[in-house]
Amino acid sequence: MSYSVTEPSKGTKWLAGVLVVSYAIITLIPLLWIIATGFKSPTDSIAYPPVVVFQPTLEGYVNLFTERTRATDEMLAAAGPPTTWYDQIARDRGTVISGPSRYGQRFLNSVIIGFGSTALCMVLGTAAAYAFSRFKVPLKDDLLFFILSTRMMPPIAVAIPIFLMFRNLGLNDTHLGMILLYTAVNLSLSVWLLKGFIDEIPIEYEEAALIDGYTRFQAFYKVVLPQAATGIASTAIFCLIFAWNEYAFAVLLTSGTAQTAPPFIPTIIGTGGKDWPAVAAGATIFLVPVMVFTIMLRKHLLRGITFGAVRK
Amino acid sequence: MAQIRIENVRKDFGSFNAVKSSTFTIEDGEFFMLLGPSGCGKTTTLRMMAGLELPTSGEIYIDGEEVGQKPASQRDIAFVFQMFALYPHMNVGKNISYPLVSQGMPKAQVKKKVDEIAEILGITDILKKPVGGLSGGDRQRVALGRAIVRNPKAFFMDEPLGALDAEFREHMSEELRALHDRMGATTVYVTHDQLEAMQMGDKIVVMNHGVVEQFGVPQEIYDWPATKFVAQFIGSPPMNFLDFNGMVGNGSTEVRLNDIAMAIPQCLDGANGALSFGVRPEHVQLDDAAGYRGVVKATEYLGTTQIITLETPNGVIKARAPSSDAVRVGATTGLRFDPRTVTLFDAKSGKALRSQANQGVLAHG
Repeated sequence: MSYSVTEPSKGTKWLAGVLVVSYAIITLIPLLWIIATGFKSPTDSIAYPPVVVFQPTLEGYVNLFTERTRATDEMLAAAGPPTTWYDQIARDRGTVISGPSRYGQRFLNSVIIGFGSTALCMVLGTAAAYAFSRFKVPLKDDLLFFILSTRMMPPIAVAIPIFLMFRNLGLNDTHLGMILLYTAVNLSLSVWLLKGFIDEIPIEYEEAALIDGYTRFQAFYKVVLPQAATGIASTAIFCLIFAWNEYAFAVLLTSGTAQTAPPFIPTIIGTGGKDWPAVAAGATIFLVPVMVFTIMLRKHLLRGITFGAVRK
Repeated sequence: MAQIRIENVRKDFGSFNAVKSSTFTIEDGEFFMLLGPSGCGKTTTLRMMAGLELPTSGEIYIDGEEVGQKPASQRDIAFVFQMFALYPHMNVGKNISYPLVSQGMPKAQVKKKVDEIAEILGITDILKKPVGGLSGGDRQRVALGRAIVRNPKAFFMDEPLGALDAEFREHMSEELRALHDRMGATTVYVTHDQLEAMQMGDKIVVMNHGVVEQFGVPQEIYDWPATKFVAQFIGSPPMNFLDFNGMVGNGSTEVRLNDIAMAIPQCLDGANGALSFGVRPEHVQLDDAAGYRGVVKATEYLGTTQIITLETPNGVIKARAPSSDAVRVGATTGLRFDPRTVTLFDAKSGKALRSQANQGVLAHG
């Protein structure tokens, strides 16, 4: 890596700071807007001109997680006084909570499918990458190209064959089906990325472990894996982001049991008026896991992006 | 501690033949050098002994047991890599203890062993440090520590000093040799540096193009090279060759170089045709009374000695002389070759002709 020889002047630093901060603000505005909308009342959320300062309410979140029915005055009286704060919010709108919404279930589906496919992808990808990196695999280059070539079309191009295949195999709307599908799509990327990382780990480490009395698998497990942790972490982030955000296949292949959050969130609009705060609340919560995961692994991610570019 | 025997070992990588039928024996407790230019098969040979490569054919015996096709983990040997290969995710102590942990040694005993080794190598104060920030010398010591902690049957070292600064290398090579003398373990050491090999080795194998060219103690190899390759690879400057066409009879004690008789050790392999008259630079004397003449082309001042480049009717040669000798570039001078040190080579095969002087060395080489 090359650094400029002279310390940048105060003015340059200040200018750089302003540029970075303004860029950050510009890119973060949509995100901030979504988060803010989640805390607005329905009226505020569609107000024109848009309101920036508003009275925050948890109504969007209550609506997101509950099913409500419009109640007459008699029904409200019969139901007795509201027992919880979210009951209160529903009552204020002249509704009673009739049960939990399906959002929690859909969110859980996203977690299962997203993390499940990422984990599977890492296990298979690391094993394949290690084999490609260390062993004499017949037709290695051709195989690697085949693997990469599955990336050369948009995955949705094969939507119809996959739809038919899934129907015949009974994988439609199942967790297993979605995990397998996302793993298949992500595997090419992870094999290639991980092979790069493993190639960078000198083979001498494993040989040293072999000499020290460890088996090949122990050498892989105890010496190579800790070295590859950075690569595995950054590859996992890429895989998770894809699986987490995937929309097209999820719409096509899931409808109930295994439906993930992305196809579910827009359907909130249809239930009882255009409930933008509930949609925004759903999107906000949906953002959290990937954000947390990425922040947790961000050191690895940064190293992952520049890995191999810099001679150590 | 063990004797290591290599018999007809051969290694092919696809169609490339890296090692051709090597045979030699490393005695118990020897410091043994595998010497040769890069690509000569010395590292491959070492890796086959260690079990990191399996020989295509041939046998390897460690301590009398045939281990040729056994994995490294079952050979009870230690290996020091050129790049040290310290486990980067462990600290110094963990690195040294790693081979013991694999044997399932109890923790208290491991700690005792590691402390003992750290004491020997003088690295007690860095045991808790991560290996990342260590200096080259300390890394080298840690790598050695990891090797000796287990009391293996043999140590294999692949150019262990290659990654160090020249200044430090000298120091480390002394330390290595002292360590070997203290442990008395069979050590096989790969290097391309002939000085290092001469300096440290009890015995040297010189390899070239996958073939063992010569095998013996450093002085024998230096004085009585078996091939022109060895004569050139060992020594700085290398041995001089005066090429001539002629014949040398069985039992003859002289050859004619440019029609001037030159005494040689009594020849036992008569030959006829293209020959080379090999003599080391320090055995070339400038003597105006001598009949064989050469023209001084250049001189290099090296402190106590100087290297004089001369042109002779049989090719360019170098002589080593005291730097007090006054030599003028362009002058013609007589040359005398110490007859006791001359080796004749068959120019075509590159092999040394047997003589009364070198027959003992060549017999086991």
